[in-house]
Amino acid sequence: MSAEQQVKKEVILKGIPASPGIAVGSAYLFIKETPRVEEKNLEENETPQEIERLGHAIEKSRKELHKILTFAQEKIGDAKSKILEAQIMVLEDGVLIGAIKKRIRSEKKNAEYIVNHEIGKYANLMLMAHDEYMHERAHDMDDLKNRIIRNLQQEKLVSRLEGSIIVVAHTLTPADTMILSRNHVLGYATDRGGITSHAALFSRSLKIPAVVGLGDVSRHVVTGDHLVIDGYSGVIVINPSKKRIQEFESKLERMLKFESKLVHFKDLPAETKDSHSVELSANVELPEELDYVVLQGSQGIGLYRTESLLIDRDDFPSEEEQYAEYKKIAARIYPHRVIMRTFDIGGDKVAPETAEETNPFLGWRGIRVGLDRPDLLMNQLRAMLRASTRKNLAIMFPMISTISEVLKAKEYVQKAKAELHSKNIKFNDKTQIGVMIEVPSAALCASRIAAEVDFLSIGSNDLTQYMLAVDRGNPLVSQLFREVDPAVLITIKHIINAGHKRGVWVGICGEMAGNPLVTPLLVGLGIDELSVIPSVLPEIKKIIRSSYFKQFREIATEALQLETAEAVEAHIRKFFKKHFPDIPINNNN
Amino acid sequence: MIEREVTIKNRSGLHTRPAASLVKSAARFKSEFFIYKDGMEINGKSIIGVMTLAAEQGSKLLLKFEGPDEEEAAKAVIDLFQRGFDE
Repeated sequence: MSAEQQVKKEVILKGIPASPGIAVGSAYLFIKETPRVEEKNLEENETPQEIERLGHAIEKSRKELHKILTFAQEKIGDAKSKILEAQIMVLEDGVLIGAIKKRIRSEKKNAEYIVNHEIGKYANLMLMAHDEYMHERAHDMDDLKNRIIRNLQQEKLVSRLEGSIIVVAHTLTPADTMILSRNHVLGYATDRGGITSHAALFSRSLKIPAVVGLGDVSRHVVTGDHLVIDGYSGVIVINPSKKRIQEFESKLERMLKFESKLVHFKDLPAETKDSHSVELSANVELPEELDYVVLQGSQGIGLYRTESLLIDRDDFPSEEEQYAEYKKIAARIYPHRVIMRTFDIGGDKVAPETAEETNPFLGWRGIRVGLDRPDLLMNQLRAMLRASTRKNLAIMFPMISTISEVLKAKEYVQKAKAELHSKNIKFNDKTQIGVMIEVPSAALCASRIAAEVDFLSIGSNDLTQYMLAVDRGNPLVSQLFREVDPAVLITIKHIINAGHKRGVWVGICGEMAGNPLVTPLLVGLGIDELSVIPSVLPEIKKIIRSSYFKQFREIATEALQLETAEAVEAHIRKFFKKHFPDIPINNNN
Repeated sequence: MIEREVTIKNRSGLHTRPAASLVKSAARFKSEFFIYKDGMEINGKSIIGVMTLAAEQGSKLLLKFEGPDEEEAAKAVIDLFQRGFDE
């Protein structure tokens, strides 16, 4: 063993490949759950700046709390909103803030340290009270303290990171990913999460390699460690040897060569050899992705996740802000179409911290939030309608479970139109209205729902998890999450038939649509539109263009006869080996 | 300087809402206002301080007011205690 190896041992960890690509670089360990507070001494002339930093963090925390409060007041109940009110009052406590500022000046220590100590002092006194109520208040003060410290550190995080990094974290929330992405990120590696976690979606759309579900990578890595991350196979190597790095580099070369062969497909339509065409569009989360989406030859946006407007901000965007954003997107993608989904918040997509629910996936999310907060929904609908003047914007509602929800949502669209009309504001009166079919009840009643809308879009992630009763984020059962389970396939077939019977088109915008292995099945089942992560567009187009619709229909019919997900997978693999021997099949698929 | 002893009358003690009314009331005056209980000294204009007192029903507090409008301040605050914070 060489001296170098003795110092830093090579460690190989295996996780879930979440976004393809290979990166070599140094690690940045992102810790956030309980912010670690370091004690730092300041120079005399640094204290005014430190106090200013404190002011910003307090203001940001105050806005965050107000946002949570106004957003979810009715839902989280009086007791919980009183707690938030109390936290806001403490943030406005002049005596407390004055004491913190005074200590920063006199002790010449960093704001995090003083905030931690000063608020911690009160929390400890509350803990000494031997009284349940006071213990809860102590917990609230801890929460508040951590919020301020987090906001102090986040400010630094954005400006401080230098050079290229591979982010290593326990978990990443949408907001974390967003903030980190302002730095030059080469890759992501996380302890938790599956291929549908936010970090995975995000990194795939930006073509950044990612490996998730690594278990305890964040314990093995310290900031500055050298790392190789292989998003094809889900392997990460800590302190790799030179030889190891060479191996990965040549693998990357091989993979890139394959990908480059796909480039010439991008401007051709997604059409089979026997002229059956499918609309191939992209799922988009951030305006920054649009150039890439166009470059990849997308025929439009099948799902624009408007939730990205909520990330990393303190309040809800106004109608004007939303309008400006939507208009920009519709103009950029013109003449193609963009389907904008109203805010799908709740469940795993919690943007503002909402009510704590014991079972969020069966809770307050999607259209349920919209119908409960018509003011927010109306703002968004007016903004979308105003952005529809190019006639290339469609509106889609998430998490529909009953027909009455569809009818109510449509009433709001009518109301929004009437309001715009009375103000002489232009919009496309024929704006297509569609719904996501992702709840089994809606899937079963798809035919009746289809009679009320212009299109259906299958949300296969949620549909699969609700059909099979499997939480894809729970490692104990996540292996049971199988999109090609016969129950899911039969349901998808049912939805497509229901839509076609009513003369409306049916798309799919879940992860499944972006899995090239499933493309033959979905096209064969009669899907009209596939909305996929932008990075796989050329590959999926290649598959469609090199086959006959007849072949797809055959394999779909055969798959529907099979009894297990394993059998379906084996069948698909056989099909691919025969027809597409040059497509590298890996665990990712 | 004015010193007064008060007893908490309302059932739930000096929890968040009464604490907030107390602080708001005291903040209207220029005078300093301190609360003493079990050897703790708390600035009566600080919500986090008053919350920390954990003063339950029946407990006794010593209030001190000092400043140009100490009489008015004492009157307003003590009145709040006597009304049991209108609970």
